[in-house]
Amino acid sequence: MENILSLRNLDKKFGSVHAVNNLSFDIEKGNVYGILGPNGSGKSTTLGIILNVVNKTSGEFSWFDGNISTHEALKKVGAIIERPNFYPYMTAVQNLKLICKIKGVSYDKIDEKLKVVNLFERRDSKFKTYSLGMKQRLAIASALLNDPEILILDEPTNGLDPQGIHEIRKIIKDIASNGTTILLASHLLDEVEKVCSHVVVIRNGIKLYSGAVDGITATNGYFELNTEAESEKLWELLEKHPAIASVKKEDGKLIASLENELSASEINAYLFKNGITLSHLVKRMPSLEQQFLTLTNNN
Amino acid sequence: MLRLLNIEFHKLKHNRASRVLTIIYFALLTSIALIAAIKFDIGVIKFHLADQGIFNFPYIWHFNTYMASIFKFFLLLVIVSMMANEYSNKTLKQNLIDGLSKKEFILSKFYTVIVFAAISTFFVFVVSMTLGLIYSDFNELSIIFSDLDYLFAFFIKLTAFFSFGLFMGILVKRSAFAVGGILVWFFVESIFKLFLFWKFNSDKLASNDTISSDSLSSIGVNDIMQFFPLESMANLIKQPFTKLNAIQTAGKQLGQNFAFDVSVHWYQIAIATVWIFIFIYASYALLKKRDL
Repeated sequence: MENILSLRNLDKKFGSVHAVNNLSFDIEKGNVYGILGPNGSGKSTTLGIILNVVNKTSGEFSWFDGNISTHEALKKVGAIIERPNFYPYMTAVQNLKLICKIKGVSYDKIDEKLKVVNLFERRDSKFKTYSLGMKQRLAIASALLNDPEILILDEPTNGLDPQGIHEIRKIIKDIASNGTTILLASHLLDEVEKVCSHVVVIRNGIKLYSGAVDGITATNGYFELNTEAESEKLWELLEKHPAIASVKKEDGKLIASLENELSASEINAYLFKNGITLSHLVKRMPSLEQQFLTLTNNN
Repeated sequence: MLRLLNIEFHKLKHNRASRVLTIIYFALLTSIALIAAIKFDIGVIKFHLADQGIFNFPYIWHFNTYMASIFKFFLLLVIVSMMANEYSNKTLKQNLIDGLSKKEFILSKFYTVIVFAAISTFFVFVVSMTLGLIYSDFNELSIIFSDLDYLFAFFIKLTAFFSFGLFMGILVKRSAFAVGGILVWFFVESIFKLFLFWKFNSDKLASNDTISSDSLSSIGVNDIMQFFPLESMANLIKQPFTKLNAIQTAGKQLGQNFAFDVSVHWYQIAIATVWIFIFIYASYALLKKRDL
C-alpha cells in the first residue's frame, strides 16, 4: 500500500502543556481516516504540524514517502482547518484564483468546484457577505481545486446548522466515494462512524488506538434481553453460560456482554431449554461512541 | 520570483484601501511638478520658485528625491496593512496550508517592497527629468547625469523604510499598532539622540555660562546615531535647502556660513542596506519560530 503520510514519534510542547506525545501513525492511499479525540486532545495541533503552520518539538513526519519538501507536498493536499480563512474583500472566484496561483494549477477547475459545493450562483459575491455555511463550502471548494491526493478536514461541520452539516457530509461522502484519501478530525463520533473506515484515537496527545473502525475494541458484541417473569432466574442462567463475560441491568433490561462468538438463536435455544421465554432479544455491536468512551475512560 | 510577485499583486489589486492609497501616493509624487507653478507676483516683488534654481541639474536630483521621500508614509500604510492583514484575516495560515513556504511568503512581500521602491524611483526620475529639461539653466548631458547617486539613495531609503514596515507588521500583527510602533521607535531614537547630545556636551554645558552654538559638538553624536535604523535612512538624503544659492547668499549676509555635508556617502548606503537585511531576515526568523 502506498503511504501518503507517516508520522514518527511526533512531539509538541506548548510550554508545560504536552499537546502531542510521541505520536506515530501512517495514512495509506484510498482509505478514509478519522482522528478522534475529546476537545483539546491534540488533534488540531497534529494537523497543524503536518500542514506546516505549527512547529514540532521533536520527531519526524514525511509526505509521500519523504521524496519532496513539505510545502511542495502541500500543493498536492487539500486542507481545511477550523475556520475558513479567505480574503474578505475578494469574491469567491478571486479567492480561488489566488489559491490556484499558490498551488500552481490552472483556473479551469474553479467553476466546476464551485458547482460541486453549490456556490456557483454566488461566485461574484465578496467573501465577507457569505454565511458560515457558505464560507465552509467555499473552503471545501478551495481544498478540491487541485484534485488533491488527500483531503484533510478539521471539524468541518463545527458551528453549522443541521442543514449545513447535512450538506457538508454529503459532499464528503461523494468525495470519499471517488476514491480520494480523507483524513477527518472530529469529536462528533457519528460523523466519523458514517464516513470513516479507519480511526486514530488520541487523548492528551497520546495515541490510544489506530486501525480499522470495527477493531477499536476487540469485542463480540452484547445481547439485550428481557423476560416478563423470572428475571432472577434469567440472570443466573446467563451468568452460567460459558460464552458470556458479564451481566448487568440497564433500563429494565439485562445486558450480557459476550466473551466468545455466540449467535442469537443459540442463546434463545439455551434459555428456552431451561424454561425461560424471552420477551425481548437483540444482539448488538457497541456503537463507536460506546467504544470510544470505553477506550478514553479506561486507559 | 514572478510567481511570488503575481501572488502578492493579486492580493493588493482587489483591496480597495491599498488601491486608493497607492494611487494617492503616485499622484503626490507627480505633484512635485506643481512646485514649479508657485509664483508670487505682488507689485514690485516678483517671486517664481522655478526661477530660484531648484530645478537646475544636478541640484534637482537632490531636491526632488528629498521632497518625494516625504510622501513615503502613504505607501508605508499599504505595506504595513498588507502584512498585518494576513494575520488578522488568518490568510497567512491558509497560504502556508495551500503550499506557500514561509520563505516564499516573506520573499513575496519583500519583492513587492522592491517593486514599489523601484517604480517610485523611476517616477521621480521621469518627473525630475521633465522639470529639469523645462526649467534648468544647464542642459549639458554630463551635468544632467551627474549626482544620480541621489536616485540610488532614494531607492535604498524607500526599500529600508518599507522593510521596517514589513518587520513591524509581522512583529505586531495589527496595522494600526505597527504604524504606532514605528512612531514610538522614532521617538525613542530622537530621545536617545537628545540624550547623547546632552551627554557629549554636559561638561561644556556645566563649565560655560554662555555657550555659542558653534562650540557644541555634534560629531560624536552623529557617529553613533548613524547606525540607528531611522537615522540611517534619514542620512541617505539630507536636506537640500542650504545648497540653494539664494539661501547661501542670505546666509553670508547674516554672517553664517552653511557648510553642511549633504552628499551621499557609500557607508551610509551600506548601513541602510544592512538594516534592510536585518529587517527581512528578522521577519523570516520570527515567522519561522511562531506557531500560527
